[in-house]
Amino acid sequence: MKNLLAASILALSAGLAGQAFAEPVKIGMITTLSGGGAGLGIDARDGFMLAIKQSGNKDVEVVTEDDAQKPELAVQIADKMVQSDKVDLLTGIIWSNLAMAVVPSVTAQDIIYLSVNAGPSALAGAGCSPNYFNVAYQNDNFHEAMGEAANKDYKKTFVMAPNYPAGKDSLTGFKRYYKGELAGEVYTKLGQTDYAAEIAQIRASGADSVFFFLPGGMGIAFTKQYAQSGVDLPLLGPAFSFSQDVLPAIGDAALGVKNTASWSPDLDNETSKAFVESFKAEYGRLPSVYAAQAFDTANLILAASAKASVKDKDAFRAALKAADFKSVRGKFSFNTNNHPIQDFYVREVVKDGDTLTNKIVGTAFTDHKDAYAADCKM
Amino acid sequence: MSLPLFIEQILNGLQFGVMLFLMAAGLTLIFGVMGLINLAHGSLFMVGAFACAAVAAATGSFWLGLAASLAAAAMAGAVIEILVIRRLYERDHLDQVLATFALILIFSEGTRWVFGSFPLYLDIPPLLTGAASLPGGGQYPVYRLAVIAVGIAVALGLYVLIGRTRLGMRIRAGESDREMIGALGVDIGTLYTLVFALGAALAGLAGAMVGALQSVQVGMGEPVLILAFVVIVIGGIGSIKGALLGSILVGLTETLGRFLLPHLFALILPASEAAGMGAALASMLIYILMALILAFRPRGLFAAST
Repeated sequence: MKNLLAASILALSAGLAGQAFAEPVKIGMITTLSGGGAGLGIDARDGFMLAIKQSGNKDVEVVTEDDAQKPELAVQIADKMVQSDKVDLLTGIIWSNLAMAVVPSVTAQDIIYLSVNAGPSALAGAGCSPNYFNVAYQNDNFHEAMGEAANKDYKKTFVMAPNYPAGKDSLTGFKRYYKGELAGEVYTKLGQTDYAAEIAQIRASGADSVFFFLPGGMGIAFTKQYAQSGVDLPLLGPAFSFSQDVLPAIGDAALGVKNTASWSPDLDNETSKAFVESFKAEYGRLPSVYAAQAFDTANLILAASAKASVKDKDAFRAALKAADFKSVRGKFSFNTNNHPIQDFYVREVVKDGDTLTNKIVGTAFTDHKDAYAADCKM
Repeated sequence: MSLPLFIEQILNGLQFGVMLFLMAAGLTLIFGVMGLINLAHGSLFMVGAFACAAVAAATGSFWLGLAASLAAAAMAGAVIEILVIRRLYERDHLDQVLATFALILIFSEGTRWVFGSFPLYLDIPPLLTGAASLPGGGQYPVYRLAVIAVGIAVALGLYVLIGRTRLGMRIRAGESDREMIGALGVDIGTLYTLVFALGAALAGLAGAMVGALQSVQVGMGEPVLILAFVVIVIGGIGSIKGALLGSILVGLTETLGRFLLPHLFALILPASEAAGMGAALASMLIYILMALILAFRPRGLFAAST
């Protein structure tokens, strides 16, 4: 009788612990929570934590720290998380210059890094690593999608991006698929807030459209100043310039603008719809593409942890690579360089009641792979 | 390169310079009169922008927002002068830099606490929307012309205030010998608070006007603060005239550099590389200018006489 009781308690507790992993997982999240770029990092963190919370799993611990958008600070935090917090996985970096400072050194120490946003070309090609998984995109992708989409309507585009790795990747990506001629090519200062000089050049360039990549506050400043300038050429851009985090601050100046992304709040699949609803309920705002990518990253980690122990690096890497999770992007798989193969959509900024948001109006690419996978030897 | 484009770029440089002047004037006044390095000046710029955005969103009127920005920045200035800055006048510059840097952090996180991390919306008033025609067939946004006009008006106002009024006389006297004017019965504490609040109000005005052009977000003041310091170093620390000329010089150099350098490089390099090189050099240009001016005139162009 006593044995029976013990056995049933054991069985019961095993049943309850069905959600638990073989090993608890400790995740270090380095992201931008202060300064001008904080909106992006906060969205990523909130999306990530939402997935962890929904899983109800008690074996996942997330340590979050603010990098203040400074590469040197991100490196210090990464060292601390690896050495004293003993994290199993790192994630969270928004900006490519920070990712370049952190990712190569942590992956060399056999720590797995999962990118929620930054995808510099250097880490997708020759610099790829079996410990580096990009759950977001390769930096060129959104811009490639816009280059492809622009071919339909435009012949002479003026292109502009900030002078940093992701900015260079941006214009390279756009030009890779765009067949028309360029009316001008301008690199602005990272963090620049006044675009009068560039707008004057756009006005004088004889362009028929303007493609720009300016994430965060830069895009808000440019779009407002552009609307005030009286230049009325159509604006094109990657979703970063018109994501949910900046739309309220841009206001109606953004209406009708076309932008490209791998996800949109109106994407028609169950996971995405449930994500948008629960994000709105939890945080009282619509999720941005950054939140969606981070939500996917967390779900990927949860799915992999259920299959393999995080201490068994080879098995865990294989479990991550299988990408056996429900993505808000519908279908999602990893290419040979651990970067996503996914669809890209053309979205348009619309007004839904009083809220500015994006609506899908077309598809730019189906099952798109990045251009650097062939250079990746691993 | 056409004439209208060139005129437009000159106006852009002027507008940028005038905006810098509003920041630099307060900074140089505070340094000249009190001998204080105020790193928190950028935070007052941010306070102005947030006050304007919040009041404009609540009332629907940019003009009420503008008034609120002046009031809020002046108040914030007066409060920090009385609570913190006042204790720093007698101490050396390192203590001042440390304490005012702490104020930046307090203002930034305080603002985030109140308004959240996402940028606020602030648009230009309907009265100043649209573009005006320029001679030669170009167009220029009316709002930016208005910013230039406000800057010139403030410069004139400061000139009259400092040169022609009793308050200005006391400010000048305070600059040259603070103990003596204290001994002559001028309430030096109140004078300092007034000067500080005046400088803060100018920064708040700049923040509100610029906030309508760019994004109103935490940390928006610091990049402008760095440029304002460059301006006062070039113009000569403590000199309003130096601040005005320094601002215009920096504004024009920055804008024209960004515009012309890529074109120059394009003469010898392929377009894409020229754009990258030009942009890189343009972002260094004003610091090169500052280094050159410091090499030949170490005290700046119009150093206040001491």
